[in-house]
Amino acid sequence: MTTPVVAAGPRRRAAAFLHRHAGVRLSLLLSAPLAWLGLAYLGALAALFVTAFWSTDVFTGDVVRVFTWANFHDLVTGDVYRTVALRSVGVAVAVTAIDLVIAFPMAFAMAKVASPRAQRWLVILVLTPLWASYLVKAYAWRVMLSSDGVLGWGYGLTATILTLSYLWLPYMILPIYAGLERLPGSLLDAAGDLGARGWRTFRTVVWPLTFPAVVAGSIFTFSLSLGDYITVKIVGGKSQLIGNVVYDNIGAANNLPFAAAVATVPVVIMLVYLAAVRRTGALDNL
Amino acid sequence: MNLSRTARIALRAALAAGLAVVYVPLAVVLLNSFNSDRTFGWPPAGLTLRWWGTALESAGLRDALWTSVEAGLGATAVALVLGTMAAFAVQRYRFFGRDTVSLVIVLPIALPGIVTGIALSNTFHAVLGVPLGLLTVIVGHATFCVVTVYNNVLARLRRMGLSLEEASADLGADTFTTFRLVTFPMMRSALLAGGLLAFALSFDEIIVTTFTAGAGVRTLPIWIFENLFRPNQAPVVNVVAAALIVLSVIPIYLAQRLSGDNARVQGG
Repeated sequence: MTTPVVAAGPRRRAAAFLHRHAGVRLSLLLSAPLAWLGLAYLGALAALFVTAFWSTDVFTGDVVRVFTWANFHDLVTGDVYRTVALRSVGVAVAVTAIDLVIAFPMAFAMAKVASPRAQRWLVILVLTPLWASYLVKAYAWRVMLSSDGVLGWGYGLTATILTLSYLWLPYMILPIYAGLERLPGSLLDAAGDLGARGWRTFRTVVWPLTFPAVVAGSIFTFSLSLGDYITVKIVGGKSQLIGNVVYDNIGAANNLPFAAAVATVPVVIMLVYLAAVRRTGALDNL
Repeated sequence: MNLSRTARIALRAALAAGLAVVYVPLAVVLLNSFNSDRTFGWPPAGLTLRWWGTALESAGLRDALWTSVEAGLGATAVALVLGTMAAFAVQRYRFFGRDTVSLVIVLPIALPGIVTGIALSNTFHAVLGVPLGLLTVIVGHATFCVVTVYNNVLARLRRMGLSLEEASADLGADTFTTFRLVTFPMMRSALLAGGLLAFALSFDEIIVTTFTAGAGVRTLPIWIFENLFRPNQAPVVNVVAAALIVLSVIPIYLAQRLSGDNARVQGG
């Protein structure tokens, strides 16, 4: 197509050039995002990973740029780190389980029992707390759990699990709700017509079809719990999770290489988790 | 659907109980901001507006709020540009590594915040030699905010199709004019929704901020966290917490207005 020449200014010529060269358009569009996220961000992650194989000079505190397995060796052989890693995974699993048990009936009631009008409002009610500050919500539990608070149960690992479950609950409800909404009511009617009672319908129809949505929710609750160290500081008392070990090694211990090595643990766990659930199709439900 | 009466009642009860669990802690914070007792003994001994006055006068708090707004606006601006560009590239073109682009954009919020935080701070500090400050906070926040704009614009472009832009070109408008008069107006609400979400993410962020802010830069979450463990600051922290809970209604209201034209404002 020939562009009719209205005013052959530089702007018009640039537009015509772009119009004809899709490749140039694409490279211009991709340039900035890829420079930022592809180059700078991935580069930063790679640099951090390389740092994990360096060490810190005991006397000067400077980073020594010589390859060593020492950090990973300490990480694997140190009983403390194994305990902390297992505890962190345990907390993430517990939080995910608690959220699933609370979220599923809620999501089911929202999607299949509430009227369409009520549904809109219920979604807003579930979404609103997501916009309230993370710190404020953790703080709310600190106030309630403190010895003279409403609950007065005190701080510790249980308090951490409770608070994390509270923080991430909406992240579990929303994907499951979306999954249940997509589930045609006729399937449930059919199961009923064929004689299946509630539990059997749930086990053979509802659960298998909403499983990807459940896994999608669990990715949020699991990964958010695994990396957390702020909530632990607020309500965890003396208990520590992986995040705290990373944090303390950067701050107090000034040992970035070791912190970098510890930080690979949650990343590897998440990658394994993502690879394991990939086949369920959960990643399309995010 | 054929649910027994008992099942319906049980499910409704579970929903009500769940929502109660979600809202009771927030209500406690709201109520406590008026608690006249410094240590928040329960139940409150009396109610007062004193702490709200104290909070309004706190200079440190005001500075922190302003820093958070600056960081949020900066990160949102960057995210709007980068997210829109990436969304156009992925939605309008077929190229090698297209799926990888989406993955790289999601990665900063998929990885634990502390990993992104120390990776960036290490790069600023050891690789680039840039001093930490407000600018590095903005860079850090923008990195994980891109995804919200990207998701919104991508969804919008998918629905928009190409016919209106082609019509515009056929009528003689060049690429830039078409973008200004046709494409952009159709994307506006998606940009607003994505930008709103980006700002909220940035405004609430503490972990990446902790590692990318220099000593002098204090965002609101950092201020709250620093004062959380100081008993004499507790009343003011409570007021800030209560104010943030009340303010969180604004984005929800805006999001609902926007969702009238189907913008995606739910989580990342």
